[in-house]
Amino acid sequence: MFKFALGRLLQSIPVLLIVITITFFLVHSVPGGPFSADKAVPPEVIKALEAQYNLDQPVWQQYLSYLGDVVTGDLGPSFKYSGRTVNELIAAGLPATAELALYAMLIALSIGVSAGVLASIRPNTMQDYLPMTGAMIGICMPSFLLGPLLVLIFGIYLDWLPISGWGDIPGDKVLPSITLGTAYAAYIARLSRGGMLEVLSQDYIRTARAKGLSETMVIGKHALRGGLIPVVAFLGPAFAGLLGGSFVVETIFQIPGLGRFYVQAAFNRDYTLILGMTVFFSTLIILFNLLSDMLAIWLNPKLRHEIQGNH
Amino acid sequence: MSDSIIASMDMIHEKGSSLWQDAWIKLSKNYLALLGLAVLVLLVVISLLTPWIAPYSYSAQNLDIGATAPSLQHWLGTDVFGRDMLTRIMYGGRVSLMVGFVATGVALVIGIVWGAVAGFYGGRIDALMMRIVDILYALPFMIFIVLLMVVFGRNILLLFLAIGAVEWLTMARIVRGQVMSLRHQEFVEAANSLGLSQWTIIRRHIIPNTLGPVIVYTTLTIPSVMLLEAFLSFLGLGIQPPESSWGLLISYGVETMEEYPWLLVFPGIALSLTLFALNFLGDGLRDALDPRTSKD
Repeated sequence: MFKFALGRLLQSIPVLLIVITITFFLVHSVPGGPFSADKAVPPEVIKALEAQYNLDQPVWQQYLSYLGDVVTGDLGPSFKYSGRTVNELIAAGLPATAELALYAMLIALSIGVSAGVLASIRPNTMQDYLPMTGAMIGICMPSFLLGPLLVLIFGIYLDWLPISGWGDIPGDKVLPSITLGTAYAAYIARLSRGGMLEVLSQDYIRTARAKGLSETMVIGKHALRGGLIPVVAFLGPAFAGLLGGSFVVETIFQIPGLGRFYVQAAFNRDYTLILGMTVFFSTLIILFNLLSDMLAIWLNPKLRHEIQGNH
Repeated sequence: MSDSIIASMDMIHEKGSSLWQDAWIKLSKNYLALLGLAVLVLLVVISLLTPWIAPYSYSAQNLDIGATAPSLQHWLGTDVFGRDMLTRIMYGGRVSLMVGFVATGVALVIGIVWGAVAGFYGGRIDALMMRIVDILYALPFMIFIVLLMVVFGRNILLLFLAIGAVEWLTMARIVRGQVMSLRHQEFVEAANSLGLSQWTIIRRHIIPNTLGPVIVYTTLTIPSVMLLEAFLSFLGLGIQPPESSWGLLISYGVETMEEYPWLLVFPGIALSLTLFALNFLGDGLRDALDPRTSKD
């Protein structure tokens, strides 16, 4: 297991290198430098700025020095927010985004798993159709539509909850977390239903039932562990999706998090910030994919033995 | 292109129409899937006919009336410039659906060719090609698309390419798996012994036999592509005015939803309804074409 993890970790290094390389050259291939502003800036000033950001060097040299910086964890200065580094900006935005993602994930897991398990216990009855139709609605209702609708209903018409901000007024974290979590609750419901149905038809479940175990024991102790493997394997990609979703949700609810920074950086053409955040996001996503894969393997004895057999 | 599709369709029928008839019978019992298909056909027809059947012209404004609630003259109301919402949604739907179909088409072509070649040749070529797919899988694509749109400007052709380039990976994996299991079967060996070129075998014999899973996955890719487009347009990185799409209409609707909620709700319904139709149809097709469900 440890060897496997180490191997996967080593494999992700070339992937990260590719990400950094593609992003770097994409950003540097943009016509017009980052300082070609609307106002006419004296050429000396641009020269000085370019020297400050090493833009006067050949591209490959900039690339190598950037790589060197990234290895030491330094993502460089921001073009737009003078005096601030990309690291500082990421550190400023991360807490809100992490908290939002955590709540969304908790909502998604608790609602998704219970809906999926309920549906799988009595397939093709109302107990199956209702949650699964709900899940389909969740999937077909993108966050940028659900969020504003929730704001309209609960924030404006009913006036129950605040419609923007993060941690300023009590309750302002509710709507964003629900908005971000809903789609994943829906996916998780479908995955856990499918996984449970597959497991529930297997022999060891019949054995457990034949032993006279209560249905709660059969489901809770024997079926869940195998049935939820698809959900666990989905957590990695879901995390990547949550980051993307946070672009929208943080914009709608005006949350000062990473997603909003990224979108703003995109509009401001703050290339070093985009580059740095892309590297940061990619690292996170690769790590989370690794974690969720490991967890899925740990839960599945068959895969576990395969890996141990290989090494 | 269309000739070869027709030719391959014919071949399927010659080989044994039972699978497809079976699938159709199963599908026709699935009312939700049929409803999805009907909605989809209706939407496509409306989109194709929009320039002739739209109640108002796309650029018609009426600043005197401004935003009005739904009425007999304007069934879905008007926006702040007095533009008819039904017309805007119809034209926006053309763009949204076109992005959905074209970008999925791009993904389809790349994915099928890639997967078929890898699966057919196997060995080192397969290992290399699938390794590339694995690496691409690990890339954070949402972020990359945003980046691409920022760097190269927001044009619709790039949007097709960017989205298509993301979505082909799963298709390649599915096709490869199918092809791997097909290439040692007798009819492929027979074709081989007849002296057909490898490319002909891939094109005439392998690809048509992978159609089932490909159709299913395609139906499920279109809604995710449309979502991606709407997501980008919502952020202001996708379709640009004066062009319009449902994602863009939703983002405009959000700005004024307190005063004029219908500007958000109607494009929202249009998008959700389409996604519903495609997802139900895709699920139904999966059940219908999956031989494992035939026992039920």
